[in-house]
Amino acid sequence: MTGVAANDGPTWETGPGRWIGIGSANDIPRRGARCVVTPQGRIAVFRTIENRYFAIEDRCPHKAGPLSQGIVHGRAVTCPLHNWVISLESGEAEGADEGSVGTFALKVEEGQLFISAEALAGWAG
Amino acid sequence: MAEKLVIIGNGMAPGRMLEHLLEETPGRYRVTIFNAEPRVNYDRIMLSPVLSGETDYEQIIIHGDGWYIKNGITLYKGHRIVAIDKAAKTVRSDRGITEPYDKLVIATGSVPVILPVPGNNLPGVLTYRDLDDVNAMLLAAQSRAKAVVIGGGLLGLEAASGLNARGMEVTVLHLMPTLMERQLDAAAGYLLERAIEQRGIKVRTKANTRAILGADRVEGVVLADGSVVPATLVVMAAGIKPNAELAKDAGLHVNRGILVDAHLQTSEADILALGECAEVGGHVYGLVAPLYEMAKVAAANLAGRETAGFVHSDTPTKLKVSGIDLFSIGDFADGEDREEIVLRDAAAGVYKRVILKDNRIIGTVLFGETSDGAWFTGLKRKAANVAEMRESLIFGQAYQGGAALSPMAAVAALADDAEICGCNGVSKGKITGAIRAKGLSSLEDVRAHTKASASCGSCTGLVEQLMTLVLGGQYNPAAVQPLCGCTALGHDEVRRLIKAKSLKTISAVMQELEWKTSCGCAKCRPALNYYLVCDWPDEYADDYQSRFVNERVHANIQKDGTYSVVPRMWGGVTSAKELRAIADVVEKFEIPTVKVTGGQRIDMLGVRKEDLPAVWAELGKAGFVSGYAYAKGLRTVKTCVGTDWCRFGTQDSTGLGIRIEKFMWGSWTPAKVKMAVSGCPRNCAEATCKDVGVICVDSGYEIHFAGAAGLDIKGTEVLGVVKTEDEALEHIVALVEMYREQGRYLERIYKWARRVGLDEIRRQIMGDSEKRKAYFDRFVFSQRFAQADPWAERVAGKDEHEFQPMAEIGLPVAAA
Ligand code: SRM
Ligand SMILES: Cc1cc2nc3c(=O)[nH]c(=O)nc-3n(C[C@H](O)[C@H](O)[C@H](O)COP(=O)(O)OP(=O)(O)OC[C@H]3O[C@@H](n4cnc5c(N)ncnc54)[C@H](O)[C@@H]3O)c2cc1C
Ligand code: SF4
Ligand code: FES
Repeated sequence: MTGVAANDGPTWETGPGRWIGIGSANDIPRRGARCVVTPQGRIAVFRTIENRYFAIEDRCPHKAGPLSQGIVHGRAVTCPLHNWVISLESGEAEGADEGSVGTFALKVEEGQLFISAEALAGWAG
Repeated sequence: MAEKLVIIGNGMAPGRMLEHLLEETPGRYRVTIFNAEPRVNYDRIMLSPVLSGETDYEQIIIHGDGWYIKNGITLYKGHRIVAIDKAAKTVRSDRGITEPYDKLVIATGSVPVILPVPGNNLPGVLTYRDLDDVNAMLLAAQSRAKAVVIGGGLLGLEAASGLNARGMEVTVLHLMPTLMERQLDAAAGYLLERAIEQRGIKVRTKANTRAILGADRVEGVVLADGSVVPATLVVMAAGIKPNAELAKDAGLHVNRGILVDAHLQTSEADILALGECAEVGGHVYGLVAPLYEMAKVAAANLAGRETAGFVHSDTPTKLKVSGIDLFSIGDFADGEDREEIVLRDAAAGVYKRVILKDNRIIGTVLFGETSDGAWFTGLKRKAANVAEMRESLIFGQAYQGGAALSPMAAVAALADDAEICGCNGVSKGKITGAIRAKGLSSLEDVRAHTKASASCGSCTGLVEQLMTLVLGGQYNPAAVQPLCGCTALGHDEVRRLIKAKSLKTISAVMQELEWKTSCGCAKCRPALNYYLVCDWPDEYADDYQSRFVNERVHANIQKDGTYSVVPRMWGGVTSAKELRAIADVVEKFEIPTVKVTGGQRIDMLGVRKEDLPAVWAELGKAGFVSGYAYAKGLRTVKTCVGTDWCRFGTQDSTGLGIRIEKFMWGSWTPAKVKMAVSGCPRNCAEATCKDVGVICVDSGYEIHFAGAAGLDIKGTEVLGVVKTEDEALEHIVALVEMYREQGRYLERIYKWARRVGLDEIRRQIMGDSEKRKAYFDRFVFSQRFAQADPWAERVAGKDEHEFQPMAEIGLPVAAA
């Protein structure tokens, strides 16, 4: 690995096909979320009841509520501030509300979670 | 020389009779009419549109003055006949005119029923029968004050609607449980009530008028239950009775009305009677259609022509209130020998019911959509056999050819021995029979008496449809609000089944109660979590992922994603040590805002989530525990200084407040619970707008409950007075436990109390010491598992993942 981390966490390498490890899948409670802190802002990483993982911006399209703090149901999360429901798959607000957040590709390998470096690089934050 | 025909009364019936007579034998009679009303013949039916302002009197005149002149008819307006001398064949008016007759027709109509209650003759009490009544109402309406209409039948509702249109605030008092019960079944009566109320008219059913109040004018109406409805105008529309006194005095045979044969001949030769005052074949009438039939027959009789005579037939009822479509005809009572077909469209507000006997229609009620009224009337009149079109009958004429049965109709069509509840083997007939015989009106009652749907509950829908069939609008399952979109069950139902089926996890509830989603939603999950925590305090593992973030992390989220921290300050009392600890924490963590809350304690706002455990650790050292400012649970117990300091204090209000808070903290409740204890009735702790409050008095403790001062403002109700502090605590704890066990999630105490009834709560908590003790004990048991300070637990490492990001990623570097 080349490059220097700005802090103690893993650094990330850009370029096609690069993945950055963010920890163990079991660090996230089922129907829950954890955050990943990046220089551009926070990313919320979710685990659903069926053990599927999703990463989206931790900023509600409504008034920037921290989506990682919401209640997770099905493949959606309800924002803790004013109850918008955001799809974890598409990042779009469901129902009558309009707006969307960015999503990030994730992969799980041997119980470890990796986020796409390419997706991060394309994110303005 | 022409024969002399005298008519008493100039209403709609004789008016029509004269038209026929003038056509059949012009010139045969010289006609003289006496009319107590000082006017010509007008369309009485149209008085309601005159009242509401849709038309005026000129428009509803049937025969103008010119008509009488042209036909040589003498009309005495404003002359009341006071005596008939049948030997001398004369009549005499109240103005002293005596008129001989060869033939006499009595058409005195009806008189309104005046309730025999005190005050019924006060100025401002009116009836609704003629133009004078309408004019009097219009005058009263100019004051735009309050009107009460007694009677929720056709007349009463039309009067109410007219007065409402004229700007009055109207209340309809109706003795029976549903409106227009003589023309409508309960279901349609209910829909009608809703439609009337939507117009801003208040409706009170089962309202028995006891007296009319007022010194020299009407001021209000007193009901049998003691309540008073204020009014400046009272309209009695409680029914009509045939106006037969005059005939009776003259020695004619009179029963309910003046007895006549099919040719409208009274017991006296040369005297006929027709209209509402007449009784033919056991019937008296209140609608014009049959009266117009009488008019034909009477005219033929006077013309000397033979006819088959008058034959009874039912007349459809319609209400002339614009925007309300309602139709009814015939007999719609339930009965052993009858079948019914029902169609409901709740969204469109449509209800249709056809009653069959031996495959023939005997009655029809239509609400909301009445275009097939005539068609049904026709089928009924012809006594047509409808067996062939039974399946599609209810959909009306346009559907003859076959459409599918609605679910409701399908249930109606089930045979009596069809099994409804598989668990307990209960048939349809048994259920409907029990509902009728025992007068059951709630699902709970049906379960208790028949066992139907008391086990797995999957036939609840069918049972509810049966209840609707039998009870009509009195039972409205749509009123059961589903908990959320994931289920059709309501909160109460879910709570009952959790207990009945011993469901002890959220996934068990969702599986057994057939949730429609994989893992619920943000509405049902916190509710289920609460119900399980409450019902199985020792067994259920609290599901933090089903709690709103505040309760999950034990702090209140703020608009910028930071948190606030509110430690307990028991009873609002603090110390230098505590204040110093707060000051230190605020400085150490650079907390931007410190504020005194409305709940007598201190709030530190703007704490970063990552800092929460460290903040709590510092506060914990000074003895602080979580204030649960975020919880659907016990929040604060506000107190005043009481006997400790105050010159008016009667009891140790501060001490009691602290004792309650220490006893009850940590318990979860359906919605937040706020309390207060004031040391005397000056009530400095504002105890009378809390969920539970105590006002200390010399003789003890006055316990209050069901107050609110947030979205709604509501003063408390008194639960009762107890003598000692111990008793006060026991009663308050029992009350809260009762609420914990019955409340719907997010339902504050005042709403729960409104739902279950204040008296019921008083009965169980004040009146039943065994119940109270049992509630108290269950609360104490659950506190064994609830009273662990969540802050200390988290400082010790619980849910560590909540407070730290899972990873931090540094700046990107270009790949090699
Ligand atoms: C801090 C405080 C205002 C203050 O600065 O004084 C406050 C702050 C909030 N109130 Fe309140 N209420 C506060 C006293 C009150 C009071 C007064 C009282 O308790 O005597 C009331 C009216 C009394 C009542 O509840 O009937 C009150 C009626 C509400 C309501 C309306 C509740 C209702 O059912 O009508 C809400 C909304 C809700 O709960 O859904 C609410 C909700 C809130 C929330 C929790 C809004 C939210 O969901 O984020 C605020 C959180 C701020 C925070 O993080 O601390 N707050 N709130 C007070 C905290 C009291 C405490 O020490 O715990
Ligand atoms: C507000 C209102 C709305 C109605 N709406 C409908 C409706 O929608 N559909 C429907 O079918 N029906 C309706 N009706 C009923 C309908 O108006 C009556 O059935 C019909 O008018 C009765 O006619 P009648 O000739 O028998 O008596 P009335 O029309 O009552 O006439 C009787 C007349 O006799 C006079 N009189 C009484 N005693 C004496 C006496 N001793 N000497 C001289 N005169 C006397 C009275 O002053 C009165 O003018 C309504 C009635 C009212 C009041
Ligand atoms: S009244 Fe209560 S809920 Fe409203 S802004 Fe103030 S603290 Fe927030
Ligand atoms: S910020 Fe998420 S709903 Fe308002």
